[in-house]
Amino acid sequence: MDRTTLDLWVGIFVAIGVAALFGLAMKVGNLTSSKIGPTITVTAAFDNVGSLKPHAPIKSAGVVVGRVDNIVFNSETYEAIVTLNIDERYAFPIDTFANIYTAGLLGEQYIGLEAGGDEVVLKNGDKIAKTQDAIVLEKMISQFLFNKASETEAKADVKAAPPVGTELDILK
Amino acid sequence: MIKSKLMLSMLRHLRGMGHRMIERTWRLGAGARLFFLAIVYSGESFKRFHLTLREIYFTGVMSLLIIIVSAFFVGMVLALQGYNTLQKYGSSEAIGVLVALALVRELGPVVTALLFAGRAGTAITAEIGLMKTTEQLSAMEMMAVNPIARVVAPRFWAGVISMPILASIFSMVGILGGYLVAVPLIGVDDGAFWSQMQANVDFSADIVNGVIKSLVFGVVCTMIALFEGFDAPPTAEGVSRATTRTVVISSLTVLGLDFILTSFMLVV
Repeated sequence: MDRTTLDLWVGIFVAIGVAALFGLAMKVGNLTSSKIGPTITVTAAFDNVGSLKPHAPIKSAGVVVGRVDNIVFNSETYEAIVTLNIDERYAFPIDTFANIYTAGLLGEQYIGLEAGGDEVVLKNGDKIAKTQDAIVLEKMISQFLFNKASETEAKADVKAAPPVGTELDILK
Repeated sequence: MIKSKLMLSMLRHLRGMGHRMIERTWRLGAGARLFFLAIVYSGESFKRFHLTLREIYFTGVMSLLIIIVSAFFVGMVLALQGYNTLQKYGSSEAIGVLVALALVRELGPVVTALLFAGRAGTAITAEIGLMKTTEQLSAMEMMAVNPIARVVAPRFWAGVISMPILASIFSMVGILGGYLVAVPLIGVDDGAFWSQMQANVDFSADIVNGVIKSLVFGVVCTMIALFEGFDAPPTAEGVSRATTRTVVISSLTVLGLDFILTSFMLVV
C-alpha cells in the first residue's frame, strides 16, 4: 500500500472518529445545554423534598435558571435544607416562592421559582423563606378520601336519615 | 487395591488441576511482562510514527465497515424493540434516551470490542504467530532489531488508538440508525427524540465513561491478541489454536471487565 494513500485513509478514520465524538457531545449529550453561567447560592428549607436530587433543574416560567447543588437534613429543625445555584444573570425578589414540582405524572422532580413582588433581590447566601413541599401521592389520596367522607357525613346530618348505599358506605 | 487406585486417580486429577493453574498464572505473568515491555519499548512506535500509522490502517480503518454496518442494525433494532415496550406506557418519545444511553454506555464499547477481537485481534495473532513460525522474529533479533519495539509496540498503540475512535463511531452511527427507525418509520416526534436525549445523556457521566471503557477494552483486546500470537507454538495448528483463543479470551474478558467497570462507574 502506498504511503500517501495509507496516510489519507488513517486521516479520514481519525476525522470520522473525532466527528462522531463531537456529535455525541453536542447533539446527544448535554454539553451545550447544561451550561449555566456564574451562579449565586441561596438556600431553602423544605419539610419534605420528596425525590428531589442534586443536579435537578430549577425552573422559572419553565426556563431552566439553575441547578440544585446539594440537599442536607437539619436535625434541629427537622427540615431538609436545599442549596440552590441560580444563574446570576437572573435577579429574583427576596420573597420568591420555591415549590417542588414533578415533571409529568411520574417524571423527575424539580424546583419551580415564582417571583414575588419585593424590591430587594436575592443575594449570595440568602435564604428563601416561602417554600412548598413536594406532593406525596399517598398523603393526597388519604386527604381526598377524608374530605369525601366528611362531606357525605355532613350531607347525611342535614338529611337526618342517611340513604342506604351512599358513597360513605362504599368508602367504609 | 481399589482404594489405592482411587487415591492415584485423585492424585492425578489434583496434579492436573495444579498444572493448569500454574500454566494459567504463568501465561498471565508472561502477558503482563509483554505488556510492560511493549510500553517500555514504545518510543520507536512514536518516533517512527508511520509504523503505527500502518497498523492503525489495518486494525482501525479496515474494521470501519463491519463497525458501521453492525452499529446501524443494532441501533435500528434497539429503536424497534424499545418502541414496542415504551408505547405501552405512552412514553414513546423516550425512545431517543433509551437508544442513546444503551449505545453510549454499554453497547458501543462492548460490541465494538467484540467485533474488534474478531476482526483485528485474530489478524494480529495470526500475523505474529506466522512471523514466529517462519522465524522472522528470530531473524529480526539476529539483525539487532528488537521485535517488541518493531512488531509489538506499534500494533499495541494502533489498537489503543483505534478502539475509542471505533466505539465513538459505533455509538453515533447506532443513534442515527435508531433515529431512522424512530422518526421517519414509526413517527416519533423529531424534536422530542433529540431533546429528551439531550436532557438525559450526561457528557461526563455517560459519554466520557463510554470512551474510558473503550480505551480499557482497546488495551486488553490488543494485548491478548499480541500475547497469543507471541506465545503460539510455531506450527500451523498452534497458530490456529492461538487465533481461536484470542477471540474466546478477549470476548470473555471484555464482558467480565465491562461489569466491573460499570459497577465502579455507577457508584461514583
